[in-house]
Amino acid sequence: MTNWINKGSKPTRTGFGEGVKYAADKNDKIIGLGADITMSVGLHFFAEAYPERFFSLGIAEQNAIGVAAGLALSEKIPVFSTYGVFAAHRAADQLRISLCYNNLHVIIGGAHAGISVGPDGATHQALEDVASLRAMPNMTILSPCDATQAFIAVQKAVEELNNPVYIRFGREAVADFTDENQHFDIGKAQLMRDGDELCIIATGHLVWEAIQAAEILARKGIEIAVLNMHTLKPIDKDAIIEAAKKFGKIVTAEEHQVTGGLGSAVAEVLSENYPVQMLRIGMQDRFGESGTAEELMAKYQLDADGIAKQINHWIRD
Amino acid sequence: MQTFYKQAFEIRKLVLESLAEAGSGHTGGSLGLADVFAVIYFKILRHNPLNPDWEARDRLVLSIGHVAPVLYATLAFTGYFPVEELKTLRKLDSRLQGHPGRDFGLPGLELSAGSLGQGLSVALGMALADKVDHKSRRTYCILGDGELQEGSVWEAIMAASHHQTDNLCAIVDRNGLQIDGPTEQVMKLESLESRWKAFGWHVIPVDGHDHIALIDAFEMAQKKKRKPTVIIAKTIMGKGVKSIENDYRWHGKAPSKEQLAVFLEELNSSNRYD
Repeated sequence: MTNWINKGSKPTRTGFGEGVKYAADKNDKIIGLGADITMSVGLHFFAEAYPERFFSLGIAEQNAIGVAAGLALSEKIPVFSTYGVFAAHRAADQLRISLCYNNLHVIIGGAHAGISVGPDGATHQALEDVASLRAMPNMTILSPCDATQAFIAVQKAVEELNNPVYIRFGREAVADFTDENQHFDIGKAQLMRDGDELCIIATGHLVWEAIQAAEILARKGIEIAVLNMHTLKPIDKDAIIEAAKKFGKIVTAEEHQVTGGLGSAVAEVLSENYPVQMLRIGMQDRFGESGTAEELMAKYQLDADGIAKQINHWIRD
Repeated sequence: MQTFYKQAFEIRKLVLESLAEAGSGHTGGSLGLADVFAVIYFKILRHNPLNPDWEARDRLVLSIGHVAPVLYATLAFTGYFPVEELKTLRKLDSRLQGHPGRDFGLPGLELSAGSLGQGLSVALGMALADKVDHKSRRTYCILGDGELQEGSVWEAIMAASHHQTDNLCAIVDRNGLQIDGPTEQVMKLESLESRWKAFGWHVIPVDGHDHIALIDAFEMAQKKKRKPTVIIAKTIMGKGVKSIENDYRWHGKAPSKEQLAVFLEELNSSNRYD
């Protein structure tokens, strides 16, 4: 397996934003929709390049989702980006009916995912967005592991899908380590590292933390595999079942509530197909708080050390 | 000027028959909007029932999905699908879902809708797309008055005037009634005209059963530049069936087979051909 190297830290939101601009260079159907936080969610690259295809809609997310639906019904490919908390919750009914029931090709950027949002605190840390959106028919949910993958995810979402897509990404600069020419298939998990003791299935930038945790554990003689579940819906059942058969123990890691997110999705697949012991790492049914991203990731044991510690504890129990 | 009272009469008849067959559904609003639908589909809308996906067509978004029976009756009556099919309203495997659903493949249906407060945003998105493409077609959106209590509608109202979508025309079914009773008791909406005006819209109040006035209003809307137009159509819930007119209890109720006969008789006697 590859030795992953951080090419230089970069926020996944930047990868998303650059990806939208790049996709729009080739496709004039793309329309951008802003909800006041255009720069913060990475849409400014597009808005500056294509002002005639960008509409400012103000702080009104419910309307924005409806407008996106109308555009999609008119041969456009709208990209609307806002914080995940607003996209998934404030506009949930519009997502359900105007987007998902109509099954329209709209790309929604869910920014500021997870507690690594930092000092803004609980109100702005999206920790339940996946739970809410995963239940909606026709929805695809992508959760790229770094900026490079976020860029690619946007291209794939534009070119290959024809349904609502939620792309989840974070605020902080995180390790950018995957290859620009990587093989990325929506719905197909990527094996990042092999092992023998167990497999950790991670999503978003926790993939990097999981790889680092694997390195820490390797020094203790514990070899764990790491699977990048960049598509949360539809989830790669085959990869999950295969990992369960091979390792017999599965850990999940996500910057999200363990209820309703990746941990739940994996548990659903396993309990119906191949039940094995599981440890779900994530937010344990509580809100986040203020602090630096680093402090919070450490406090909630979502960084490499925390993940390694939780796994070590679990396998020794 | 040409009027469409005969068509409105036929639409009302089909509404009543399909609702009685379904055994449930929204009678009051569907009857109240029959004149608006007749005028829109026979005079205002550029559309082609034989080519429902015609690229240059005007589009009508029904935000109040619960009055689906009047939309279905109109679509069938104008030739989008056989009138016979109206008998399948609200039944299993029907293309005529209780609230419109595009999944089921009904021709002429622009949007799956029914959760209130969403349609105007979608219509705005359509109007913006046409602006980007410099298309001359128009988008119409039918809203209920009670629906205006949803805050999201005002987000759309604000955004439409901000973006000067003069290719967008909203029609408010101002029948003054909602499920719990008169709108002004449930949640005051007046002064509706000044509220829309304050949000930057071109406002035209009109008698929603007067075809000449309705046509005038739509033509004024077409001429208005840089502002979207709202036609506030004063209507009577249950219009055409005297015994249920203005009775809010008929918002969400369908006639029984026995009531159907009585209602059709009332409809016949109130009919004004011209």
